[in-house]
Amino acid sequence: MSDQERVLKFQIFRYNPQKQGDKPRMVTYEVTEAPGMTIFIALNDIREQQDPSLQFDFVCRAGICGSCAMVVNGQPTLACRTMTSTFEDGEIKLLPLPGFELIGDLSVNTGKFMRAMSERVESWIHDKNADEVNFEKLEERMDPDVADEIYELERCVECGACVSACATKRMRPDFLSAVGFMRLARFAMDPRDKRSDEEFYEIMGDDDGVFGCMTLLGCEDYCPKDLPHQTQIAYLRRKMALIK
Amino acid sequence: MKIIYTDSLVIGGGLAGLRVAIASMQRGYDTIVLSLVPAKRSHSAAAQGGMQASLGATIKGDGDDEEVHFGDTVRGSDWGCDQDVARMFVNTSPKAIRQLSAWGVPWSRVRAGDREVVINGEKVTITEKQEAHGLITARDFGGTKKWRTCYTSDGAGHTMLYTMDNKAIQMGIPVHERKEAIALIHEDGVCYGAIVRDLITGELIAYVAKATTIATGGYGRLYAISTNAVISEGIGNAIALETGIATLGNMEAVQFHPTAIVPVGILTTEGCRGDGGLLLDKDGYRFMPDYEPDKKELASRDVVSRRMTEHMRKGKGTPSRYGDHLWLDITLLGRKHIEKNLREVKEICEYFLGIDPVEEYIPVRPTQHYSMGGIRTKPTGESPTLKGLFSAGEAACWDMHGFNRLGGNSVAETVVAGMIVGEYVADYCAENALNVSTSTIQDFMKREEKKITDLLVRDFGENPFRLKAEMQKIMMDKVGIFRNGEDLEQAVEELKVLNQRAKRIALRNRISSSNPELVEAIRVPKMIKLAQCVAYGAMLRTESRGAHAREDYPERNDRDWLKRTLTTWKDDSADLPELTYEDLNIMKMELPPASRGYGVDNTVHHPDTPKREQEIEEIKKANPGADRFELQQLLNPIPIPEKFKGKNERIGRGFK
Ligand SMILES: Cc1cc2nc3c(=O)[nH]c(=O)nc-3n(C[C@H](O)[C@H](O)[C@H](O)COP(=O)(O)OP(=O)(O)OC[C@H]3O[C@@H](n4cnc5c(N)ncnc54)[C@H](O)[C@@H]3O)c2cc1C
Ligand code: SF4
Ligand code: FES
Repeated sequence: MSDQERVLKFQIFRYNPQKQGDKPRMVTYEVTEAPGMTIFIALNDIREQQDPSLQFDFVCRAGICGSCAMVVNGQPTLACRTMTSTFEDGEIKLLPLPGFELIGDLSVNTGKFMRAMSERVESWIHDKNADEVNFEKLEERMDPDVADEIYELERCVECGACVSACATKRMRPDFLSAVGFMRLARFAMDPRDKRSDEEFYEIMGDDDGVFGCMTLLGCEDYCPKDLPHQTQIAYLRRKMALIK
Repeated sequence: MKIIYTDSLVIGGGLAGLRVAIASMQRGYDTIVLSLVPAKRSHSAAAQGGMQASLGATIKGDGDDEEVHFGDTVRGSDWGCDQDVARMFVNTSPKAIRQLSAWGVPWSRVRAGDREVVINGEKVTITEKQEAHGLITARDFGGTKKWRTCYTSDGAGHTMLYTMDNKAIQMGIPVHERKEAIALIHEDGVCYGAIVRDLITGELIAYVAKATTIATGGYGRLYAISTNAVISEGIGNAIALETGIATLGNMEAVQFHPTAIVPVGILTTEGCRGDGGLLLDKDGYRFMPDYEPDKKELASRDVVSRRMTEHMRKGKGTPSRYGDHLWLDITLLGRKHIEKNLREVKEICEYFLGIDPVEEYIPVRPTQHYSMGGIRTKPTGESPTLKGLFSAGEAACWDMHGFNRLGGNSVAETVVAGMIVGEYVADYCAENALNVSTSTIQDFMKREEKKITDLLVRDFGENPFRLKAEMQKIMMDKVGIFRNGEDLEQAVEELKVLNQRAKRIALRNRISSSNPELVEAIRVPKMIKLAQCVAYGAMLRTESRGAHAREDYPERNDRDWLKRTLTTWKDDSADLPELTYEDLNIMKMELPPASRGYGVDNTVHHPDTPKREQEIEEIKKANPGADRFELQQLLNPIPIPEKFKGKNERIGRGFK
């Protein structure tokens, strides 16, 4: 952390679709950098001191909840954990995450997309007995390694960075995208989920599913939780290829 | 006027809200969940450490059961909790965790055989039993006699919330996101839903329901620095307060967590110390054993936070441009352990501090963390004064935490309360019809519309962001870890002034749709009222109990203060809330007040305490053959929904 104060130059995408006649534009704001400043801190500073209409989404401000993904100098990333000091020339350009419905300025509707994704991949344990389980008794055992492996894929925070970085998704609007594949891989690995490979095939066995992936791996490059997209997509493909 | 009807309206899409919604849906009632943000982004996702349930599968949890968990919870609360509720909670928590396990949470599991752990700064080998292999494991947490905190690596809240939301999606429960409840609708002492603002379009919608549950989380953001999410602003509590009928309980009970990073206040989990991490001062000296030779770093949270503050006051903190701090040392746990079980902590250190906690110490300081206070409810979760209004989770003062909650007991509370309160919500839907007049709904709608119009037309006035900052500063400086009469009186007076100023907020951005400044203008007056409840309650409570520590009244005073603060705000133009008190009845306690075992015991005892102790002895003598279940039935018969009455199985002892 340097003690020298410098003035950061933020170029921010502004557009409020709710406001009649409003047009998309880039607006520049200057902010005096403070030590340890993150983009979360800077944007709040701009909102409080300069423009109270500026829209953006932060919840945990700790890189945990996945609310704040946006495009920072061309790269999709979690804004709350991005320190302004990492930008040497002090120029920071912010755009909303592409591929999602725009709410306004830097705020996009990832929630709607993710709920639809969860419904599409049926993101839950499929087991007729899950609701009948007698919870007074010892829980079903699970291999400790399997539990750890499931957690590795469960770490996805639905931030949408992988979706915005995906070239296939840009060409195929209904492409399930990496976040959906990660979710499927998570349930496919879980012994509690009784779905058969055929049932998984129904969900992802076409070009909007795992066979549409062009393996450009923008997803893996930008995932803030370092999920293993490449290996898991390859794994799902092999699994699905065996079906037909 | 747009009206949406449902049976069960749940305000809040965190763990507690979703679990209540699942319960009412399972019982066949139409259910809608409202949330400021997508449900999976609720603050519950940030819980790292884990959930307490006395499964006793790990060898270090051997011998654990409901009784031990109950004792820890009551002692942790400094006897401020409702023991009926604590009882319902400890008996149900094992069921809650097992249900979540069936629904998909990948709880970390016991691995049979030897493993190396760090206890009291030393590496030791423990041997897990063969028959426990594959069962849910647990880690050590502060203020507990056994290792009882079940976890998934350090993402327990995340995996629990994802599982819960996935379950809700499976059941087709609608979650209306980006909606903010800004007022409750009520008539003749019965609540019928809420007036809700769409945060995108700005439209006001009346959600009219038989039962309304507030599960909006805590009010940590009354403080400038908090571990809480930025949306933990207590609006759910405030709209209950603003009915003038519902009461808030123990609002002054605010917990400070020992280890948030400096300066931003992001939490590093108690799991760091549970797994063996140490607290060091500016000389690299481990000071906690000097203050608490028995529990050391793993004393109860309120105790550790105060000891740290005391130590810094002695000049032992490390100075920094953000004030003094201490160090959390987890280097002794080793890279493998940290990268697996404390990975979020590692990420937080890397991104926000630019350090690797495997190699370097973490700068930490006690920071606002948890709201024990909230909407006062009966054990059923219903407000004792406003019918049809329920509350669960951090928003509620169901009151299993009293004046200090144990780590791991909060996410546990959210799901257990969700299960139990959810059943009572469903019962309520079964027993009650929707009898609210349209004119009442209209009146509430008009009142909220007018408030917003007033804000949009006022030319000059106060800046809501500035008012909030001033309030947060007062709370930080004067209503913090250590409190005293003089500061609290000042805080109360200063907040009164802010309350008046908040009536004259004017906007620079005057549009009614999606508008962050308008959101702030709606929330800030509500937040200031809550801050007043906290400060005023703290000023009047002239004792120290749990997290409420008065320098001018250092003793816990059971004789005069074994009671719960109840706050109402009947007259909106008043500049202070009204406070009354509800006695805790020692003669009904399963565990009568005693020393918590920290520092010197200077408790001023209540005359009933020895009476009850003797009575319990007599009951025990009169029933020599009674097992622990029968004894509990004699000492503390509790209401609990039929579904959850069964005993819990454990390895090595079956259902005993
Ligand atoms: C950093 C951190 C770590 C923690 N770790 C642990 C831990 O390891 N173990 C543990 O037991 N506890 C832990 N806790 C505490 C625990 O996480 C919380 O107490 C608990 O998750 C709260 O859950 P909840 O369902 O009550 O509320 P939340 O999860 O906070 O959810 C509140 C919901 O209400 C909605 N809402 C709020 N206001 C409104 C409104 N006006 N209108 C509509 N919707 C609204 C929000 O959108 C959200 O969906 C931790 C807390 C923090 C801050
Ligand atoms: S897979 Fe990674 S990039 Fe994609 S949504 Fe999940 S966390 Fe974000
Ligand atoms: S605000 Fe939660 S990840 Fe950025």
